[in-house]
Amino acid sequence: MKFDVTITVGLKEGMLDPEAQTIKNAIKNLGYETESLKTARLFRVRLDAANKAAARKMAEKMCERLLANPIIHKFEIEVS
Amino acid sequence: MRFGVVQFGGSNCDRDVVYALSKVCSVDTDLIWYKERLKKNYDAVILPGGFSYGDYLRAGAIAARTAIMGDVVKHAESGKLVLGICNGAQILAESGLVPGVFTINAYPKFICKWVHLRLENVISPFTSLYKKGDVVKMPIAHAEGRYVAPAETLSALNKNNRVVFRFCDENGNVTSDVNPNGAAENITGVLSVKNNVLAMMPHPERSSEQILGSADGKRIFESMIQYIERKD
Repeated sequence: MKFDVTITVGLKEGMLDPEAQTIKNAIKNLGYETESLKTARLFRVRLDAANKAAARKMAEKMCERLLANPIIHKFEIEVS
Repeated sequence: MRFGVVQFGGSNCDRDVVYALSKVCSVDTDLIWYKERLKKNYDAVILPGGFSYGDYLRAGAIAARTAIMGDVVKHAESGKLVLGICNGAQILAESGLVPGVFTINAYPKFICKWVHLRLENVISPFTSLYKKGDVVKMPIAHAEGRYVAPAETLSALNKNNRVVFRFCDENGNVTSDVNPNGAAENITGVLSVKNNVLAMMPHPERSSEQILGSADGKRIFESMIQYIERKD
């Protein structure tokens, strides 16, 4: 079966996010106050798997082996 | 004795390293295209600086997962020397050969400038020709060089003398003012558990001859050569 998997890789809580800080400042300069702003990277993957759980497992392995660095990142996976 | 310098697509300091080794330090050196794998029995492998795979995903992340890095891991496991410079250091961290990660600078832009470094470990195969507390001058050139590691990793690195360099001022004072990229504890060079792998952000090949502004980096290569000679 084909599944559409959305993988979001972001920084763990407390990790410095220099890009987000710069963007937050730029947004403030446009007149928008934001309480917090974080960046994350989103991957949309279409893949073949036996079932939804297997698709999720595959995506987890991709994160652990390449898409995320466990020292600084956390990830979220949505399968549809 | 033979050194190998691995060239990935996007490496751009590979030839400088080959020059520093073969012409300045007079040691036989091969430039190895990454697809050719490690075919010879090298005494030391160097991963040079640059932008392998365009720094896509994270600097060093994709190069760290290439077949030749499997060869480099085996080479390191056999106790032989591996030096990663700049992008090479990022690749070593991404491959797990050294702990931690080199990530986006605290002020997120590319920094290219001379820095001072304090020698913290002078008994490693890479630093035996320096003296403890020496302050040396080398250039840095990176956008992703901020060293980050969990607190327990930092404490193990300190305890086991695996921090090799810290950013400092010209008198050797380690302060946040002279930390160009926001690295944890000003760290910019770390060793593997067995001390045979060094990952460093500064460029010793760009400071191997006085005409370049400093010859301080040359002692890294000379230390490696002396270590290999004494081992043989």
